[in-house]
Amino acid sequence: MQWLWENRDLVFGLTLEHVRLSIVPIIVGFIACIPLGWLANRYRMTRAIQLTLFGILFTIPSLALFVTLPSVLGTKILNPINVVVALTIYAIAIMVRGAADAFDSVSRDVIQSATAVGFSSISRFWTVEFPLAGPVLLANLRVVSVTTVSLLSVGALVGNGALGYLFINGYQRDFPTEVMIGIVFTLLIAIAFDQALVGIGRLLMPWTRRSKTVARVAAPVAGGV
Amino acid sequence: MLFVAAILFIFDPENLLGDKGILPRLVDHLLYTGLSLGAALLVGIPIGLLIGHTGKGKNVVIALTGSFRALPTFGLLLFIILFTGLGLWPLVFVLAVLAIPPIIAGAYSGLDSVSRETIDAARSIGMTEWQILGKVEIPLALPLILGGVRSATLQIIATATIAGYVGLTGLGRFLIEGLAYHDYTIAFAGAILVAGLALAADGVLALLQKLVVPHGVSRGSARTTTKSKRRSIPSAMTRAPITEG
Repeated sequence: MQWLWENRDLVFGLTLEHVRLSIVPIIVGFIACIPLGWLANRYRMTRAIQLTLFGILFTIPSLALFVTLPSVLGTKILNPINVVVALTIYAIAIMVRGAADAFDSVSRDVIQSATAVGFSSISRFWTVEFPLAGPVLLANLRVVSVTTVSLLSVGALVGNGALGYLFINGYQRDFPTEVMIGIVFTLLIAIAFDQALVGIGRLLMPWTRRSKTVARVAAPVAGGV
Repeated sequence: MLFVAAILFIFDPENLLGDKGILPRLVDHLLYTGLSLGAALLVGIPIGLLIGHTGKGKNVVIALTGSFRALPTFGLLLFIILFTGLGLWPLVFVLAVLAIPPIIAGAYSGLDSVSRETIDAARSIGMTEWQILGKVEIPLALPLILGGVRSATLQIIATATIAGYVGLTGLGRFLIEGLAYHDYTIAFAGAILVAGLALAADGVLALLQKLVVPHGVSRGSARTTTKSKRRSIPSAMTRAPITEG
């Protein structure tokens, strides 16, 4: 605790850095998954290609990606861009699969009804399919958020790990408290991001909140029978 | 070109054997992976089957898989090592901790995907609970159970690279050495090797996953796949993000 107080500027700075570096992949992952998920859902062919391609990218270990990206991008190894790009690739990889599932989860009947009452395919996408895919998209985005925040610390091995710096520094100085504080602050950021996403989801998709309470009320009845 | 140099490094026979060779490090990497996966299976499979069979504790699983994902494995490993000292077991412990949630999630969602009618039918013809589990639920759930094992394996392989940072070897050692000596050819070669190993393992397990689909299910699959796909747990839960380390 004393160490934390004495080094509050360092920890605070690293925390901000952690937030800054991990927020980009989450946002880009979400935005990219909308057209990709739409494509994957629309054409069987693109779906197969996308799932395979991102499946492969997803398999590459992060440390390996951190090390190889500089030579692909032509950046310096210590450039934070490398870590951000690597995490963005993972975010997109998770989201593409998730978005394909999400758009899949929209009932055919609803889509057909929307078409029948005269929605064009674009307005149907934005006003019917996208909002209804929302809960599954959100579930995947929460996975992306948690993963990104926790993976970022590995970037410390290539000089850009934000709070991961505390792991390495604490380890080298044989000082567990510092490592512990790194872990705790990483977890705090992950929780904060997760809660923020849940909050945004409630705000934008009020119907999910309602259906949940219905389910909860209905459950005991079913259990009783 | 770095890529070419890295490929040349990998295929140079001089780098294959010897203390710092590719082969011994590959063997070590596989050893870490095998030990951790074994430990994780011993703990994860029974728990997952128990939860899946009884249907109790579902929320615990979801909360667990979510929160464990947030735990930075790298930090946890360094933290533990500061108390236990360097060695193989802290690594195996941390990797197993990492792998248990996806294994539980896979086993649980596998059993959960078996239709209630099938289980009721099995019960009604007089099967005991153990028979239902062993002869009905597990065979039907095996592809999803293996799905959990698959993502656990990939996470372990990827994360085992940090062994190179804590006095052990494995393929991650090339990455760590390369970074430490600013020899990016070696680091790049290590990256290719780890990625190759991960892809190979993923391919083998994917194949295995296809092979274990029971005959009756694959024959009827034209009718049922889309339905069962919908019913299963969102893929995000079982297909856990791989790649720490």
